[in-house]
Amino acid sequence: MGQVLLKSVRKSFGNTEVIPDLSLKVPDGSFTVLVGPSGCGKSTILRMIAGLEEVSSGSIEIDGLDVTYKEPSQRGIAMVFQSYALYPHMTVAENIGFGMILAKRPNAEINKRVREAAEILQLENLLDRKPKQLSGGQRQRVAIGRAITRDPKVFLFDEPLSNLDASLRGQMRVELAELHSKIGATMIYVTHDQVEAMTMADQIVVLNCGRIEQQGAPMDLYDGPETPFVAGFIGAPSMNFFEGPVASQLGCDTLGVRPEHIGLGDENCTLEGKIRYSEQLGSDTMVYVQHEVYGQITVRVEGSRKLEIGSRARLLLPEEFMHKFRGGRRISG
Amino acid sequence: MPAHKFVRLVLKYVLLAWIALIFIFPIVFMVISSFKPDLQLLRDSASLRAFLPVGDLSLENYSAAFDRAPIRLFMFNSVFITAVTVCLSLLLSSLAAFSFVFLQWFGRSVLMAVILATFIVPFETIAVPLLLIVNNLPWLGLDGFKTGWLNSYHVQIIPFIADALTIFLFVQYFRDLPTELVEAARIDGATWFQVYRRVIIPLSGPVIATAAILKFLVMYNNQLLWPIMVVQEETYRPVMLGLQYFFQLNTAWGEIMAYLTIITLPVLAFYLVLQRAFIASIASTGIKG
Ligand SMILES: Nc1ncnc2c1ncn2[C@@H]1O[C@H](COP(=O)(O)OP(=O)(O)O)[C@@H](O)[C@H]1O
Ligand SMILES: [Mg+2]
Repeated sequence: MGQVLLKSVRKSFGNTEVIPDLSLKVPDGSFTVLVGPSGCGKSTILRMIAGLEEVSSGSIEIDGLDVTYKEPSQRGIAMVFQSYALYPHMTVAENIGFGMILAKRPNAEINKRVREAAEILQLENLLDRKPKQLSGGQRQRVAIGRAITRDPKVFLFDEPLSNLDASLRGQMRVELAELHSKIGATMIYVTHDQVEAMTMADQIVVLNCGRIEQQGAPMDLYDGPETPFVAGFIGAPSMNFFEGPVASQLGCDTLGVRPEHIGLGDENCTLEGKIRYSEQLGSDTMVYVQHEVYGQITVRVEGSRKLEIGSRARLLLPEEFMHKFRGGRRISG
Repeated sequence: MPAHKFVRLVLKYVLLAWIALIFIFPIVFMVISSFKPDLQLLRDSASLRAFLPVGDLSLENYSAAFDRAPIRLFMFNSVFITAVTVCLSLLLSSLAAFSFVFLQWFGRSVLMAVILATFIVPFETIAVPLLLIVNNLPWLGLDGFKTGWLNSYHVQIIPFIADALTIFLFVQYFRDLPTELVEAARIDGATWFQVYRRVIIPLSGPVIATAAILKFLVMYNNQLLWPIMVVQEETYRPVMLGLQYFFQLNTAWGEIMAYLTIITLPVLAFYLVLQRAFIASIASTGIKG
């Protein structure tokens, strides 16, 4: 198993600096999710760990070994690509066993390991098919199977679920989490989807423009975002931000409150606005309130509530759920 | 089907058939004429009879043609030279293209541009300098060491192995393949040559077939100027030079048609075989669609 260490890693493509100076520790056996908007350098970081992209400076250690200048196959990693990258001319079994075929392992061993991986991923009946005869979810499993048979210290996933439809994605999230607890290897998972990050990670690393905004356990990031960027990125729907009098009264320049924490219809309210629109989702209701100064405020209330559009709404911002930021940082409390 | 659609369809087919006929007429003329005696051939060529198997048909021209020129030798030479060149060209061009597309090395884009630029240089302009070069190159053959490549197979093969068009075809095709396949193979522990041999080439059926057909046609059909310059001995002559045997005292048109029919056969056979392989390889790799 392996811990992954990035020490002052930089990466430029020509004159554009994509990763300015990044140090990161991924603990042994953790499920670490790198999350951030697209184009923020997540794939680049993952590809540098994999050895598919050279670092411009800095060093990378895997399991205590400096692998900065090692070949991808010498790093003890396996990677699952967004496009799956299955070899179209090979059967499922050959795809899964290709690494062992190249390493000239005995046939019996290859068959055994392929079979084991197929069993874990329920691919036993598909071993003789070609990738184009498989569904998206099955292809994804083959790609994961190929990674498993490499028996890596570190699994790298680059947005592996983004080509799947919503229900399959939910199912694969569960399977990946189970796989992690079964194998226990370190997993580094890249996504732009904060739901995937929240549900699967033990450690989330939030990236913005090639820099780490914050890293920590999912609920720590949810409860105590260090910057407005993290506050807005983690949690759905996004946190409401208030600037101006409401914020300055409380001694900060940006005040954040999550939609699920705003009270609706209370007598001693903080703000008053007009209901623009509401969405009933069954389990809860999204209310979009228009305020003269602060613009649109999203409120999430439990249960199904029928609210009249255009009517007045009284909003309560509870003290204990306020996130206060000054100069782009959280102020304690 | 509505009437106007039907008319459109009919017109379309008439047009297509007409175009097909224009292309096929010379070939029909050649084959039909090869069975006619010279006198009738000349008389028929003024009318539609030129395309019809009528009158006095025989294999006379064929046996006469075989008597006049060593056809079997020329055929062997041409097919041998073409086949070896095509195989080496496919191998070297695909390796070069692989390196241009997938490997990082200093100056590769400049070199690629230079190679593409050679595309616009006609062979005629380099024929004489090339002759001077090959005339001074050493060669180690079965009969020992000598200087100068004239009068040999290799002088007709080696200068034509690499060409810009074939490399370009492979480069374009490789660029469209997903790079993740190469990266996945690298992670799986494949060496660069194994990536080429076990991942890229098995997916390259369509471009291999296309490049092979083009290269075969160019090689087989253009063996004229260069062989005249470098091959004086009959032993190494290709079929195109064989034509001059038929333009001596009086031109024997019937025999020429017979000769042309014979030397067209390899092209036809090669084309039919590869076209099939071409379609099959697209269907099996499943890269497109
Ligand atoms: N090979 C490359 N050449 C030039 N720029 C690149 C290359 N790969 C990525 N980039 C740039 O680096 C930035 C980060 O890309 P990437 O790591 O793919 O982002 P993400 O995976 O977070 O969406 C992007 O602006 C992208 O345009
Ligand atoms: Mg990406």
